[in-house]
Amino acid sequence: MASLASNFAGISSPNPFWLASAPPTDKEYNVRRAFEAGWGGVVWKTLGEDGPPIVNVNGPRYGAIWGADRRLLGLNNIELITDRPLQVNLDEMARVKKDYPDRALIASLMVPVDEDSWKIILDRVLETGCDGVELNFGCPHGMSERGMGSAVGQVPDYVQQVTEWCKKHSDLPVIVKLTPNITDIRKPAQAAHDGGADAVSLINTINSITSVNLDSFAPEPTIDGKGAHGGYCGPAVKPIALNMVAEIARSPSLSGLPISGIGGITTWRDAAEFLALGAGNVQVCTAAMTYGFKIVQEMISGLSQYMDEKGFRSVDEIVGRAVPNCSDWQHLNLNYVTKARINQDLCIKCGRCYAACEDTSHQAISMTPDRVFDVIDAECVACNLCVNVCPVESCITMEELQPGTVDERTGKVVEKDYANWTTHPNNPGSCAAE
Amino acid sequence: MPDNQLTPGIAPDRLDASDYAENFADLHPRLDAHEALVAADRCYFCHDAPCITACPTDIDIPLFIRQIATGTPQAAAETILTQNILGGMCARVCPTETLCEEACVREAAEGKPVLIGQLQRYATDTLMEANVHPFQRAPATGKSVAIVGAGPAGLACAHRLAMHGHDVTLYDARSKAGGLNEFGIAAYKTVDQFAEREVDWLLQIGGITVKTGQKLGADIMLNQLRTEFDAVFLGIGLGGVNALGLDHENKTGVEDAVGFIADLRQAQDLAKVPVGRDVVVIGGGMTAIDAAVQAKLLGALNVTLVYRRGRDRMNASRFEQDLAASKGVRIITNASPVALHGNGSVREIEFEYTKDDLSPTGQTFRLAADQVFKAIGQTLAGEGLPDLEGRKIAVTGPGRTSVPGVWAGGDCAAGGDDLTVTAVAEGREAAEDINRSLAV
Repeated sequence: MASLASNFAGISSPNPFWLASAPPTDKEYNVRRAFEAGWGGVVWKTLGEDGPPIVNVNGPRYGAIWGADRRLLGLNNIELITDRPLQVNLDEMARVKKDYPDRALIASLMVPVDEDSWKIILDRVLETGCDGVELNFGCPHGMSERGMGSAVGQVPDYVQQVTEWCKKHSDLPVIVKLTPNITDIRKPAQAAHDGGADAVSLINTINSITSVNLDSFAPEPTIDGKGAHGGYCGPAVKPIALNMVAEIARSPSLSGLPISGIGGITTWRDAAEFLALGAGNVQVCTAAMTYGFKIVQEMISGLSQYMDEKGFRSVDEIVGRAVPNCSDWQHLNLNYVTKARINQDLCIKCGRCYAACEDTSHQAISMTPDRVFDVIDAECVACNLCVNVCPVESCITMEELQPGTVDERTGKVVEKDYANWTTHPNNPGSCAAE
Repeated sequence: MPDNQLTPGIAPDRLDASDYAENFADLHPRLDAHEALVAADRCYFCHDAPCITACPTDIDIPLFIRQIATGTPQAAAETILTQNILGGMCARVCPTETLCEEACVREAAEGKPVLIGQLQRYATDTLMEANVHPFQRAPATGKSVAIVGAGPAGLACAHRLAMHGHDVTLYDARSKAGGLNEFGIAAYKTVDQFAEREVDWLLQIGGITVKTGQKLGADIMLNQLRTEFDAVFLGIGLGGVNALGLDHENKTGVEDAVGFIADLRQAQDLAKVPVGRDVVVIGGGMTAIDAAVQAKLLGALNVTLVYRRGRDRMNASRFEQDLAASKGVRIITNASPVALHGNGSVREIEFEYTKDDLSPTGQTFRLAADQVFKAIGQTLAGEGLPDLEGRKIAVTGPGRTSVPGVWAGGDCAAGGDDLTVTAVAEGREAAEDINRSLAV
């Protein structure tokens, strides 16, 4: 059986599933329950500098969007970093780490951008025996208004500076948590790397308004008639997170920088996808907040079974396996031609493929009076929309046209050889491949 | 000592008072808001949806379900009622399993259709409980139309004509409007006087005068109506009940199922409705099922439904057959009645097993019976009616009869299934045709 044991940036844990710094990891009671449930590691909810505790709103802290049957798809929060006294958190962390020495315990930190503040907090967390620190440069609400969180993460120079301070004043592995609320994720990642970070973790939450109350005309969640943007997370953000992880993973100048993947991970499969795109481990929050800590048991059994089926002996064998296949549009093979194929035995005759193609695409699906739907090859551009709107799994598939056959849409013979936009005759900047 | 289930003969009070309320409770209680959202979310919003095609009134089902899903059930109700003004009753009594829900692509996909009927009820109930009537009359045309029969066909016709601005006089032979919605149909499908409430709600359109206790051929005459009104619509249903054709059919205890159901529906106290200890229902349609199930629910000890052909030939849907079986009704098929036994009152009924082509087998059996319900079909009653086709009023197109200025629809008209929803469709279509003819 495959081993799920993980070593991330020098931090070992029995599996690659960590709980992200967030409400589930705010106190000893929760974290002990999480470890009992099987989580490999915990990033303790972000600690701030010593002094009067942080104040949270006393109205709703979360907003959400839902899918069918109120399945929670996206969650937004306006909660700040821990609002409990620093020493209380440190004492609890020390007790938990002592009782769970095999689990990863990471201290998430956020203090003002000056060297002393970071030195002081690093000294304090050292006494907990934690395995590393995570610099919270991602939180996009509240703390960012005070020049912390994403306000730091959005300025690569600050990211590099603070990372350097932390490496200077601590021997602990330093993980830099990145905000997605930027244009190019590679810039702050590079800054972290240049500052000496041992790893990056991403994504933190995305600026968001989940909905608007159409009676009070206020954004949700609403506090006494007003709302402020929150941080968006949950299954809905996974595609954005996957892309950002891949951007870093395939960036040559960031080669070898460990990535802790975060963003909508709900099942073992989500986790495996992040690993394949280059994440060395994953962090989970919303799924635990939705279903409780027990979900890690499915993640462990699912990933383990997958690895056994694939013959992978360690998690590291998955990490980055999909990265070489992440390309740019200009390098995609223009001689790869496919056509949609509808399996008439599986078709339930709902006609959604027809409506989608007829109204919004290429009029490439025909419909008979007795509701038989078929693809018109002469019109089909292989856009895949029919596959995506079909409610029946595998009913519509894309079939590759073999080289030598004629694409009825273009009238051209399908070429055997790879050719992309860079050499295409329509590209003004193309150069012949000679 | 009150009567109980073992008391021989036909007797009331067979059950404890609380049993009646439980037995005759709503068969499918209304979905709550969350259930409705979950059910609505299963709709695929099909293109040119098969469920619409399967609905005799062409309700835009995907649209109304989407309106429920997006939190506007009253808009959903308007979508329904625009096509079917009795959408509330149809949501309760339609055999959806052979109409919209049979056509639902999720029936094909996983054997579990979207709960179209129950969603329709959710929408229409929401609107009616808010006491909203979303339709308005067009300016008065000065034209008048007589409608005979205030059942589903007549009510649908009346509402649509009133909407077009015509003045409608709605006659019915019974003491109140509603037709089979009020006097037929099992009580557990239309609880809390829904049929009556729906008629009251429908009449909010205005321009409809209801005259009850007016029987065609006795109190009102077709020729007279043709003179007094600009058009006439006949929606008189089927007033006659087919006989078994046996000797001694007038024995005490041999009754029409429709009469039994009507008495039950109008009873103030179900405990006072007498029912036999051993009940036999003859027939295979919805009336037979409704009579059999309700006899059982009233406390009959043994209820047997006997049908002359196989189960697959029964007009009652599979759902109804299973419902009857689940309530304890025994269903015997391929048997025809051959004799009634008993001195004055029926005591036994004798059947002979028949083959699928109804040819006799020579094998007979007897069932104890102190009450026998005939439910082997109803016939058109009345004289001086327009030309018939078979045993019903012949119609062409949208309900035109052989008599100029006279339309017909619902069960009394030839063609179509004898369903509430079909009657509504025919009444509506006739109204549109009448409206066009009056505009000329």
